[in-house]
Amino acid sequence: MTPPSVAEMSIDTSPLPFGAMFSGYHLGRAYDEMFERSGQARGHCRALYRDLLELSLKELRERQGEADRAFLTQGITFTVYGDTQGTERIFPYDLLPRIITAEEWRTLERGLAQRLTAINLFLRDVYHEGRIFQEGVVPRELVYSCRHYRREMRGVQVNRDIYVSVSGTDLVRLEDGSFVVLEDNLRVPSGVSYMIANRAVMKRVFPTLFDRYKVAPVADYGQALLSTLRALAPGSRPDPTFVVLTPGVGNSAYFEHAFLAREMGIPLVEGRDLLVHDNIVYMRTTAGLRRVDVIYRRVDDDFLDPLAFRPDSQLGVPGLLNAYRAGNVALANAIGTGIADDKALYAYIPEIIRFYLTEEPILDNVQTYLLDRPSDRRYVLEHLDTLVVKAVGESGGYGMLIGPHSTAAERDEFRQKILADPRNFIAQPTLSLSQAPCFMGEGIEGRHVDLRPYVLYGDKVSIVPGGLTRVALRKGSLVVNSSQGGGSKDTWVLED
Amino acid sequence: MLLSRTADALYWLSRYLERAEFAARLISVRLDLGLDRRPEIDGWDFHRTFESLRLTPPSEMPATPACLVDALFLDGESRESVAAFVATARANARHVREEISSDMWTHLNGLYLRLQHVMEDEAQTSRPHSLAQIIIEGVQLFQGITDATMGHGEGWHYLQIGRFLERAEATAALLDLHFRKHQSGAEHQVRAHAEHVGLLRSCGAIEAYCRYYTADVRPERVLEFLLLNPEFPRSVRFAARRLETSLRAIAQFTSRRSGGKAERVAGRLYAQLDYGQVDEILADDPHSFLAGIAAHCAQLHGAINQVYIGYPIESALPA
Repeated sequence: MTPPSVAEMSIDTSPLPFGAMFSGYHLGRAYDEMFERSGQARGHCRALYRDLLELSLKELRERQGEADRAFLTQGITFTVYGDTQGTERIFPYDLLPRIITAEEWRTLERGLAQRLTAINLFLRDVYHEGRIFQEGVVPRELVYSCRHYRREMRGVQVNRDIYVSVSGTDLVRLEDGSFVVLEDNLRVPSGVSYMIANRAVMKRVFPTLFDRYKVAPVADYGQALLSTLRALAPGSRPDPTFVVLTPGVGNSAYFEHAFLAREMGIPLVEGRDLLVHDNIVYMRTTAGLRRVDVIYRRVDDDFLDPLAFRPDSQLGVPGLLNAYRAGNVALANAIGTGIADDKALYAYIPEIIRFYLTEEPILDNVQTYLLDRPSDRRYVLEHLDTLVVKAVGESGGYGMLIGPHSTAAERDEFRQKILADPRNFIAQPTLSLSQAPCFMGEGIEGRHVDLRPYVLYGDKVSIVPGGLTRVALRKGSLVVNSSQGGGSKDTWVLED
Repeated sequence: MLLSRTADALYWLSRYLERAEFAARLISVRLDLGLDRRPEIDGWDFHRTFESLRLTPPSEMPATPACLVDALFLDGESRESVAAFVATARANARHVREEISSDMWTHLNGLYLRLQHVMEDEAQTSRPHSLAQIIIEGVQLFQGITDATMGHGEGWHYLQIGRFLERAEATAALLDLHFRKHQSGAEHQVRAHAEHVGLLRSCGAIEAYCRYYTADVRPERVLEFLLLNPEFPRSVRFAARRLETSLRAIAQFTSRRSGGKAERVAGRLYAQLDYGQVDEILADDPHSFLAGIAAHCAQLHGAINQVYIGYPIESALPA
């Protein structure tokens, strides 16, 4: 989801002596990933900046063309929904890497591990004793009224209490340079294949940029994911079978599903390849039926099992929920994890961390107003023009009001919506998201970015050093979602 | 271990590529033959081109070679144009992206994108031979990459089966059509000779034939070469041999007792060709022999599907 900001409204543009391709570059209020306020390149960016100064427009364009072709011929594309032709597009790729220092990364790593550990404890608790409700830390109604709460999961023994095996956490950098968590994605987070593909393409089209840096590799994500899935395998099965479950080639993330299956060396199955008999899941192979033990599913809860959830789903497997409840198959992520990435519940995550771990959160949240709290609601309704309002169940940058960019009519519409169903909305201050240099065809300009690292939770927490840096390609825009004109760039985490 | 759906997609991927290569070569040869004819006498025999590709000739024949190329090569709407065969093969490859090597995928996707590009560029329709060359080389390269980068395991054997079953069936049908048209001997010697040579070229066999029999092109030798030659990779017998080998390998991979059915059909198909004699076939009834081969191929397709792909679940559940 998109961190809105007023950055572009209050640009205090100081002409700086940027050279060559940077002649159109401006520093605003937002934190800049490459430059200090003075216009000096940050210490860890100096070598990159100097290399970029050497490049001509022609060279940059050639490399951009080469990168785009590489994505296209490798079929690293997503399908545009609503397009009857089934058009495949490449996800726009920006040529210039975004750099994160080793020190910054260590903090992120600790913070992300802490957060996911607490979230897993929370999910276990919510679906079992409900200690956190009894202690009054999180209101019971808030969880029970969540669209992603799954009553069917009450009392179900989840293997090793791992509810969330894979999370993609959206971070943004505030004006002071600190990272805060904007959103947790705990259901079926996507984008990790782009983290890997972006690096592979970067190495191909810009090998020289790596010369002066020690960049942590990201290519072993597939192995890390497989080890994470292994932690879920039932101990009683000596040679467990793992699969990736995809909704099919029509899904916008199909490339990623196939990519991960290939990286892990496990079959990519669709719902129609699986069947449940006597609460055991089988897949249909040329050698007959074969039992499946662990499913890395990239199908939403709603579509997993037409007998339990949406009856019209063609993507799922009838009987899967019962097989899961019987403990005969493991799912990653578990069913019902969506309660913890509900936007209203998000506001409680710091408290959740304190409650289960008795530690202070290492990564902060963005300040969040819950609209079913009367005092918060009053404040928000008075300040709709400066705040961002989000519907709690939406993602992908939809269902959102960005106050400073809104019209009076839009604000009125949201006011009515909020009053009609306050539980369904939250509000946050309009953030000024950090900007990074991007090659925009004519030269290098600043664009707003976020960061989504992927956190794996198995025998231990493991985070491949890197992540997906999403870029709002439209000038001044804060919307980084691929569905709304976002792109991405390679993310370098430096080693000491 | 291979998903049934994956096996099916590999089979069709390969079948459609073979179909594309076969059609590209055949269209190119037919257009070439047409150039040797005097338009005021016999004109373009486009009808024959459709028939040779086992397509129903349209009620309105294309007027010019460029129109034919448009219809048979590049028609994006048709499911039976060469471009559509490549697109279907590529769609199947997307389904088995995790099963095939990245080199295979990148190459096939590149071929597809190149054709998409050609379809937007009208100038290309006037150069059918270079277009055919793109397809033929593209498919051959794909096969080379496949052999070099993919493990020759069960999945690879489905690719072989798709290719050789398509080849056996299409070649048998082409031979049948050819010998029904040119067997009577009543036709002009020069014309018949050109057609025999055209047939060999359509099967990419002219050079191999000449090395075997010299340039003395005789109908019974052409039939013998394309149907019964044990060494030439585009002969029906060669294809049947490969089918039998691959099916036996798959039966071993899957340790299926019921695999016997598909193997049996393949074995019978091969035996007919292995023990076949061209003079006997010609003396007896070449049409019924060739139609029998095509029917056998269809039966084999059904048997593979029944044993490995679409088997009834009840038969496979644990007792």
